[in-house]
Amino acid sequence: MRRLIIRRLLQTIPMIFFVSLVCFALVKAAPGDPVKTFLPPNIHQADIERIRHNLGLDQPAYVQYAKWLKESLSGNLGYSLVNHMPVTKQILDRLPATAGLMGAAIALAVLLAIPLGLAAGSNRNKWVDKLVNLFAYIGISVPLFWLAILFVYFFSIKMHWLPSLGMHTIGKKGAIDVIKHGILPCSVLAISFLSSYVRYIRSGTISQLKEDYVQIQYAFGSGKRTILFRHVMKHVLLPIITLLGMSMGELVTGAIVTETVFSWPGIGSLGMTAVRGLDYPVILGITLFSSLLLIIGNLLADILYGFADPRIKTTR
Amino acid sequence: MTEQLLTVDNLRVSFHTRAGENQAVRSVSFRVGAGDTLGIVGESGSGKSVTAKAIMDLIAAPGEVLGGEIRFRGESLRGLPQKKWRQLRGNRIAMVFQDPMTSLNPVKTIGYQIAEVLRRHKGLGKEAALKESVNMLRKVGINEPERRVHQYPHEFSGGMRQRVMIAMALSCDPELLIADEPTTALDVTIQAQLLDLLTQLKQQSDTAIVLITHDLGVVAKVCTRVVVMYAGMVMEEGTVEDIFYRTGHPYTQGLLRSLPQRGGANRERLVPIEGSPPDLIDPEPGCPFRERCPYAFEKCGELPPMLETEGDGHRSLCWLLEGGKRTLAQALEERGEAAR
Repeated sequence: MRRLIIRRLLQTIPMIFFVSLVCFALVKAAPGDPVKTFLPPNIHQADIERIRHNLGLDQPAYVQYAKWLKESLSGNLGYSLVNHMPVTKQILDRLPATAGLMGAAIALAVLLAIPLGLAAGSNRNKWVDKLVNLFAYIGISVPLFWLAILFVYFFSIKMHWLPSLGMHTIGKKGAIDVIKHGILPCSVLAISFLSSYVRYIRSGTISQLKEDYVQIQYAFGSGKRTILFRHVMKHVLLPIITLLGMSMGELVTGAIVTETVFSWPGIGSLGMTAVRGLDYPVILGITLFSSLLLIIGNLLADILYGFADPRIKTTR
Repeated sequence: MTEQLLTVDNLRVSFHTRAGENQAVRSVSFRVGAGDTLGIVGESGSGKSVTAKAIMDLIAAPGEVLGGEIRFRGESLRGLPQKKWRQLRGNRIAMVFQDPMTSLNPVKTIGYQIAEVLRRHKGLGKEAALKESVNMLRKVGINEPERRVHQYPHEFSGGMRQRVMIAMALSCDPELLIADEPTTALDVTIQAQLLDLLTQLKQQSDTAIVLITHDLGVVAKVCTRVVVMYAGMVMEEGTVEDIFYRTGHPYTQGLLRSLPQRGGANRERLVPIEGSPPDLIDPEPGCPFRERCPYAFEKCGELPPMLETEGDGHRSLCWLLEGGKRTLAQALEERGEAAR
């Protein structure tokens, strides 16, 4: 087990390096000149060159990359070209809003997906299954932004039940206000996660129920419910660990669309603003940050999987 | 005559397939007395396993039990509510299956899986059930049971896993154990060990065993009575001696001839049964074996009844035995035919 963890940790290092290279290359390859975006059109060419030089943009790409990587590793992701604030600070400032929203959405999705998926999988082709499937398909196919707008229209504009924008009511403080603001974006995100989780759990349940050991459990007097909860559930939940690891990256950036529609002051909307304003350091910072989280998420998932599945512990 | 533990009468099971109704079991009847060891022999597709599953009410769609009566200690099992079944299965009637590699849940410990049965049926607490699981593992010959009980199925070999399955099946001291080809998936040396184990455990308790196998050697080794099945029907029924020495059916004779003889100094060739079993979708009337039977005559176009032959409760489904108790060999001699 320890060897597994050490090996996985070592594998992470070249991966992080490679990811940073790709992030950097993508931004470099993107069209548009960052310098020209921020300078008035009537500026002198010599001034442009001077600014370029000051920013280090006249140096070869590999030098730029090396400098960026060195600074990034020490936690300095540079400064925004728009508001000149440190990128690291901006990301960390917005992290709680995003992590709270996404964490709640994922937790809600998992908690609902387990019973729904088990119910659907164990009642294959019966009405429960068909109903769950129908909603899962809708949840997967409907674009998030549309669902978000629909929610705003119905719950905020028509029914006046919930606020549609932001995280706080101006002048109000306290957790309850934040939760009220969070319900709509959280529901929209939860629906999207839930739909894919349910499909995984459903198909896992169906395939497990076909296994010999399940049939044999019947021969030892187990009822359907016992088999489902004592035997099948553990198998079905194992892949969810991987799925959760994968959503670690989304935990910070997956909410770009939803955060933008609901004006949730998280990393997603920060990224959206940065993209609109060609704010390279911020884009790069967020991309790197979410990639890192994805790698860490996968690492954690692998290690957790090793603890949860006895068949992995003993294999080297 | 011993008290009948299990009686199966006219059992019929079909599978509704796209090609039509596959009559896997058509009219199977037999009896198991308390403490008996009954062997059910037959080739693949003869309906042995389906019969076993039908006894346990484990036939799932597209299969269906169409008719017949199954009685356990005089009580009818047909149409028993599921709740009653759950109290019966694994407790009074237990079953061991063919493939030990897939029989156990791979993510639960061996101890958990044995203890679960004990907790359900014997109402034992967690600790007591685990303790009893250790005892059961020791009983079936697993070394260091205290340590092994906490291991997972993948840490056991095939033979060891089948021992675990036997431990699980016998944990509640059932009155009837159905073993469906328990040694088929294992290699020969392990087979012998497991059969020894079964006979030894059998002597310690009065559990009756229904042993399903395609191996007559296994039958000779452990069984007291034998049912020979072919194409979903019972061809012959009798004691092991009846079946081996007073054979009453050409199919049984064919099976025996395809078996290697010990000490065959004259290097006797094995004689296979020519042909293949009939299609069970829309089977033709008459004796199911007549296509392959070397002695078939006109009357075989009609289904023969089970006829009494030489021996105690020895019966055979063959027209040759009509008109008086005698063995197949005697009947053939009478007709002036040599055994073919």
